[in-house]
Amino acid sequence: MIYLTADIGSTYTKLVAIDSVGQKILGTAASFTTIEEDVAIGFNRGLKLLKESVGEFKYDHFLCCSSAAGGLKMVALGLVPSLTAKAAKMAASSAGAKVIKSYSFEITAQESKEIEEISPDLILLSGGTDGGNSDVMVANAKRLAAIDGSFVTIIAGNKCAAEEVEQILREAKKESLITENVMPQFNKLNIEPAKEAIRELFIERIIEAKGLSKLSAMSNSDIIPTPLAVMQGCKLLSEGIEEIEGVGDLVAVDIGGATTDLYSIADGAPSAENIIFRGIPEPKAKRSVEGDLGMRYSLTSLVEKCTIEWIAKEAECTIEEVEQWVSDCVANPSTTPGENSTEAKIEEAIAKGAAKEAMERHCGEIEPVYTPFGQMFLINGKDLTQIPLVLGIGGVIVNSGRPHSILSGVVGDKMEFNFAKPKAPRFAIDSSYILAAMGLLSEHDPQCALNILKNHIK
Amino acid sequence: MNNKTVVTGVIGADVHAVGNKILTYALEQAGLKVVNLGVMVSQQEFVEAAIETKADAILVSSLYGHGEIDCNGLREKCEEAGLKDIPLLVGGNLVVGKQEFEEVKERFEAMGFTKVYPPGTQPETTIEDLKTILG
Repeated sequence: MIYLTADIGSTYTKLVAIDSVGQKILGTAASFTTIEEDVAIGFNRGLKLLKESVGEFKYDHFLCCSSAAGGLKMVALGLVPSLTAKAAKMAASSAGAKVIKSYSFEITAQESKEIEEISPDLILLSGGTDGGNSDVMVANAKRLAAIDGSFVTIIAGNKCAAEEVEQILREAKKESLITENVMPQFNKLNIEPAKEAIRELFIERIIEAKGLSKLSAMSNSDIIPTPLAVMQGCKLLSEGIEEIEGVGDLVAVDIGGATTDLYSIADGAPSAENIIFRGIPEPKAKRSVEGDLGMRYSLTSLVEKCTIEWIAKEAECTIEEVEQWVSDCVANPSTTPGENSTEAKIEEAIAKGAAKEAMERHCGEIEPVYTPFGQMFLINGKDLTQIPLVLGIGGVIVNSGRPHSILSGVVGDKMEFNFAKPKAPRFAIDSSYILAAMGLLSEHDPQCALNILKNHIK
Repeated sequence: MNNKTVVTGVIGADVHAVGNKILTYALEQAGLKVVNLGVMVSQQEFVEAAIETKADAILVSSLYGHGEIDCNGLREKCEEAGLKDIPLLVGGNLVVGKQEFEEVKERFEAMGFTKVYPPGTQPETTIEDLKTILG
């Protein structure tokens, strides 16, 4: 059986043809995404290129994922930053959404305005455990009701307030749906129902709004957000299937033009006896997405985080050279560095900085405490110190001359105790861009997808 | 006391887990909804749990003698977080050395605690007090 997968990115439409009997990739091709006119044009150009390289073929199944037209833009609202707001953000990120921002407590007029400007596709509204606080979610529903925009609100907070919230939104002619609370009891995380609701809404509403209906009609399975396909690919590679073992715990890093995404497939339980877990438990398959860490559209904020001085030191160049490169990239996002040039080194240093910052936000934070029984450590989040494999995905890493240098950003050095970052992982690269494709295929033929992943990602 | 929620936990760097479990069990048997934070709980965790679960009272335990340092400022944090007048109950071995309990009690009341219990207090005493406080 021949599968054809398409990953509709904001810049490129990437196609992969797979022979599931021979369990191999027939070929790959990429063409510019044509979201402005009709995505099918770019897709057909890609398909023509693919056929030129592998010869004429007929496919039996067409599978598709998309992050075009800004991806699935979401904001998440909760009550306490470290509790329901964090749970809501985790639910949306793990569903493959691009979480632009998360808010806690009652949102201010200024914050409502900000949400209006973000113009999200979906809003995840949570707050309060079941039977707990309801005032804040109700107050936030009233604020959201007054915001202009065609967003759909997923109500995933205190069940005792959910119906009231729905009514407030309905009266304001805002679409909404109720799902289970992301944190029904204190410190109990329940993000699967919210994730499922996001997936369904993406298929029902977003596909059409993003101009993907034509491609959707060609496929007999649902179009899903690309990050979700990548997550599925990572999960399959890590966990394996009944007959074939996976590769075990892993972290994957995807540095893009607008965001840096991090995936971890690991329990992340404390790795030593004197480390005690605090805070809300995190899902085994976790994704985080950082909208202020990107190589082009959010380069200014990324450089601010890394500092110009750090980048210059890493790239062994002058501060002026870094400044020049940054202003070139901001002025023209399609700028690419020449091979082995100083610019390439700067680009790699910035990417390393993005990986470092994204990992520090993704992994658990460690805090030493002094007890009558000696020094102990509290960890709030995942302990990733023992992760054996870090996987690099996406163009910035794959096209770099020194991908391992970029990936080393996620590694914690020996003297660093604040973050539970991987200590001594090995690196691998998704050099043929197949992770999302195999994530899509995993829903149909997981064995074939796993064998191909294990053969290609080394 | 059905439908009333209380937050329990052992404050600071204290890892005494047994009393915390017994107290939680007794409170649940008395019909309360208990959000037990376990051991080594910071002031911030008490406050955040109480906000999210809309708790009616916070019960703080301290067994290792550092209670006075650990508890100082909890009332102010509650006020700051909008938990106005939330009852704060505290008990255990709150201080080190041989000190008159009356003096200890006064110091904790001055810190804003509603009820202060000496070592060896039975859960029944606290439950009776909660009935009065929570109505």
